Parts: sequence; structure tokens; C-alpha cells
Amino acid sequence: MSAGTDKTKPVDHAGAAAAFVADTPHLAFHDRRLWELRQKRDGQMHVIPEWQELRSLASAIKEHTLSRLADYLEQFEAQAKARGVTVHWARNAEEHNATVLRIMREHKAKTLAKSKSMLTEECEMAPFLERHGITITETDLGERIQQLDGQAPSHIVVPAVHKLREDVARVFARTIGGDPNNADPNALAEHARVTTRPLMLDADIGMTGANFLVAETGAVVVCTNEGNADLSANIPKVHIVSAGIEKLIPRQADLGVFIRLLSRSALGSPITQYTSHFRGPRAGAEMHIILVDNGRSQRLGEEDFWPSLKCIRCGACMNTCPVYRRSGGLSYGAVYSGPIGAIINPSYDPMRYSTLPFASTLNGSCTSVCPVKINIHDQLYKWRRVIAERGLLPKNKALSLRIAGYVLASPRLYRLATGAARMAVRHLPRALLYSKLNSWGRDREVPAAPKESFAAWAARNRPVKR
Amino acid sequence: MSAREDILARLRERRPDGEFPLPVLPSFPGIEGDLVAAFQQNLAAMGGQCVHLPDREALDPFLCARLGASRLIRTSTDELPGFARTDAVTDPRDLENVHTGIVRARFGVAETGSLFLSGRELQVNTIAYLAQHLVVLLDPAAIVPGIADAYLRDDFTSTNYVSLMTGPSATADIEGVMIRGAQGVRSLTVVFAKPIFTDPTRPADARQA
Repeated sequence: MSAGTDKTKPVDHAGAAAAFVADTPHLAFHDRRLWELRQKRDGQMHVIPEWQELRSLASAIKEHTLSRLADYLEQFEAQAKARGVTVHWARNAEEHNATVLRIMREHKAKTLAKSKSMLTEECEMAPFLERHGITITETDLGERIQQLDGQAPSHIVVPAVHKLREDVARVFARTIGGDPNNADPNALAEHARVTTRPLMLDADIGMTGANFLVAETGAVVVCTNEGNADLSANIPKVHIVSAGIEKLIPRQADLGVFIRLLSRSALGSPITQYTSHFRGPRAGAEMHIILVDNGRSQRLGEEDFWPSLKCIRCGACMNTCPVYRRSGGLSYGAVYSGPIGAIINPSYDPMRYSTLPFASTLNGSCTSVCPVKINIHDQLYKWRRVIAERGLLPKNKALSLRIAGYVLASPRLYRLATGAARMAVRHLPRALLYSKLNSWGRDREVPAAPKESFAAWAARNRPVKR
Repeated sequence: MSAREDILARLRERRPDGEFPLPVLPSFPGIEGDLVAAFQQNLAAMGGQCVHLPDREALDPFLCARLGASRLIRTSTDELPGFARTDAVTDPRDLENVHTGIVRARFGVAETGSLFLSGRELQVNTIAYLAQHLVVLLDPAAIVPGIADAYLRDDFTSTNYVSLMTGPSATADIEGVMIRGAQGVRSLTVVFAKPIFTDPTRPADARQA
């Protein structure tokens, strides 16, 4: 499920965001719902005195693991194999998808019930398998809604957060039946339950993602709320786990840090309803783990950007980001949206995702809430520099930034420019001030300009004694 | 070169410069005092309920009264001879029509109201998900204070499958409206009851483990 269509052009984030902003009911709900998640996260944080220490520990554990990732992967693989798990390795999305298809074919399997996995989105696995005659059922409610609507998830934790209940009712009525006019969330969720459970019961193979892989014990840890991941893994005879290689943590005891942080950061709940640990197949069943690189080893060698591999996919940075809340996940045109998406996606395709690092006010809120202390806003800034240096800025932005750099480097030009701006704001007719020429006047009132500059005021009131 | 060797070689070649020592995990002061009360309160916040019985003998009558005779009930514990067992079941799908499953948790976690249930306690893992409702027996003496305490135990490596379950299945994927009963059980009730058959290899009091 690729989010964009033309992969040769930069994602038009601003354009897509403008369309989202124009739809007032959706925008208002989206903004309010995500801010509510942020506030619930804060509430959880305040009842844990050691919260900041947990963040530091989580960051240090992840940095340590990434610095020896090859060793920990070998340890994990040995542990998993010893428990009868088949471990596969995939350099990229193509190898991952081919591995899944091979396992499906070996079992003459036609149906796959899967729980949430951003990695399979990243690999565009669903369209690939569908082309090969496999029927896939997304079993997480949000993912199911998005699958039925033919849309990518718009948020890594709450995939359909941009939809209102009426939207869900219409999608269901169109695809799996139901009354398009009954938008009661209880009725909709019940309808999803009674139509999805039979598909899980009939599935040939079940698939889950992974939140953590524990090197010491070979455990795959999956954190979910709906019970769909445990059903998908525990009903069919084959369980496939798709996991990015950065999911490793060294010790079981480290889960005592990460599990305490994950759901509190993500949803503001102390833990997910189910925190499940898979170390091997059930009697008479098979378990496969596919360890996927897909650009991660490349990023590990990038001095400025490797700390983004610490991400535990909680979505806190998205919930707190004013730009994300008011532009919607789909506007990023990428698998990962929000601040974390804006620093991950460019490492895959700097041209295509060149606009995303600019979808930020650099307020640093993302960095403040990140449970593993990724320096997200620093990386946003550094990506802007990389994009400018590679000549990937749009022409008008490149030109205006060059002029701004020239003006800001010269005190005389700066005084002239600010003087002119002050006069313009005070004396230009509204028709001109709020025209296309002034992007600062779009959708808002320009603040009243003072009569004189600070420099002039200071020269009058605080003359420098020589 | 195989994908495995290729990936491992690249990771070694591109590992970040600098020393990143693995931190020693400190022990944070956790919940003190009444662990049962804390467990109950935190489980309630996640949608689960707790029941206190006057004594062990009250368990069977309580379950019969609550569940009714007409319901399809399966239990995974060997301490309730009056109920049909799950271990006669071979296919996990066979539990699809179970109304209520009854299992015994190995221990609980006060910080979150979580229950430790492994393949050993569940016998058929789907009992905890395919049943419409789940009743979990828990020894009130077997509650550890925090999640970090739980992960210091070796119970997690005793079987291939372990879940920390905290309340019933839930979703808030439609407009953030909390709905208990997503794909798994619709309700989860903890009944505090000491086990009748104690496993001599395990200490009864988890806090001493």
C-alpha cells in the first residue's frame, strides 16, 4: 500500500495538508483526539517518579544494542533456533516478500490473517501477495478499516484516527455490509468482530509484527490491545513474524524498562491489554521469524541519523506535533508519518521525501516526549541541510532562503529589510497584504507592526556609552 | 554471500563510533503496602474486575451461580473438577463457541493489574481469546509489585508462549471510543483464590521468588 502515486516527484505535503485543513470537522476531531493522547501520556508520566531515568535507560540500552547489533542478532537467532523457530534473513523488501510467499506456497496456503506491522507496510507486502493470489485479512480494527477503504494507515498506532465514525460506517456498508447510517462505534466494532473472527479461524497462516526481540531468550514480544495478534498467532498452524533488525534488546530484564514506557507513551495507558511473548511454535505448529534490514544497516552508518533506529514506534512524537495534528498522516505520502516519518523516510529516498523535514516548526516537542530520547528536531534540521546541499529544495524555497541568508548576514540589509516590512504591514492595503505574495498572511492575521524597530528604541533609551 | 552474512557484515562495518556501555538496571522503589488493592485498582482502569470470596469453598458455588448451567464453559485448571477441561481439546479452533474460559494465572503484577498466563496455564492458548469471557483465578499472595519485578523472574522462559494479560480485549480505533471486547474476550474477571493443588517446585508467595 504505497501512499503516493508518482514516486518520481517530491511528496506535496503542503498541498495535501491544505486539503485536510479545509475539512473542518475532520481536522477538529483529529487535532483534539491526538492532543488527548498526548495529555493521557503526560498523566501516566507524572505518576512514575523515575520516568526521565527510564527514558535515559531506554536510550542507552538501544544505543548499546545498535552498536553491537550483529552480535545480538546472532545471539537471538541461536536462541530462537534452539526452540525450533525457523529464522530467515531479508536484505530488503523484495527478499522479505519473497520469503513470505515461499512459506505460504510450501504450505499451499491461500489466506493470511495478520496483525499490525508497519514493516509489512514498508515492504508493500499486501499488494505483492495479492498479486500472487493470497487473500490477506488485516485483523487490527484500525488497519482493517484502512484495508477495506484502500488507504494506507495514517498513524502508526491508531491507523484510522483521521476518520470519523460516519466514515467507518460508510466504508463497512460498502465492503462488509452493515447500515451506512448506523455510526454507533459499539455497533461498528461488533460488526468488525463478527466478520473478522471467522477469517482468523479459517486462515491458513497467521502473521504478526514484533515490538521487541530479546537476544538473551529468543522471545518475540508483541504488544496489542484487541486480542487479534494472539488469535492470528495461536490459531493457524504457521506463525510468521516480520521484524526489523533494530527491534533487538539484549536482556529480558530490559523489558522492565521498555514495557513500562511503550504504551504509556503511545496511548497513555499503563500497559497494552496483551503483552505477549513468543519463543517457539506450539506443539504441532511452525514459527518463522523474518529479520529484515531494508535500509537499516545503511542508516546505522550515517553519523547524524543512526539514532532514529532507536525508535520503538509509539507515535508520541506524532501526537504532540502541531503540524501532524493539523495535516493528517496521509499528507506525508509515506509509510511513516509525523516527525519520526520526516526523519526516517528521507533516508530511503531523499528526493521524494525532501518536503517532509520542512513539515515541522522545530519546536522540539517531539524530542521531549520521545521515550528513547531520539533527537528528532535536531535530525529534522540536519535533513534540511542535506536536502539543500543536494539541491533538492523547490526553486522558490531555494531562492527565498538564499535571499534570507544574504540579508541576515548583513546588518545594514537586515535593518533596511525589517524597516521596509514594518512600513508594509502598517501601510499596505489589506488586498495586497493578504494576497498570494505574502504566505505569512495566509489563513491568519499578520501581527500589528511596531512604530519603530528595537534597534531604534534601544539607541534612544539605552545609548551605548563610548 | 547469503542475506544473513551480508546483513551482519554491513552492521559490523557500519557500527557507530564510540563506546555505548549496556547500563546496569537500577531497582526503583515501587508500590508498597497493599498489593492486592493496587492490583485491583489498576486492573479496573484497564477494564477488568476483581472478586473476593470469603473462602476457597465458595469458589465452585460462585462460578456456578455466575455462569449458569447452560453456558459452554471450559477450564484449564485441574482444581475445578466440576467443569469441562480444555486439555481434551486438540484444535485451537474448537474453543470458538466457548462462553467462558476459566484459567489460573501464575502471578499478577500490581503496577498494571496484569496477569501472567503461559502456555502451561492455558493448555490451549486460544482459551483466553476465543472464549467470550474469561475468569482468572489468582492467589492474592502471588502478586509482584512492578513490571520490572516480573521480568526478573524466570517464568518467562518456562514455556514457548507467555502473555501478560491486562483486562479484556479492547479497541479505541473508532473516534477514540473505548470498547471492551474487540477480537478477544469481552470481559475479564479475577477471582482471588489460593490454589488447592500447589506445585512444590514453585514458592507459593511470589514476592519471595
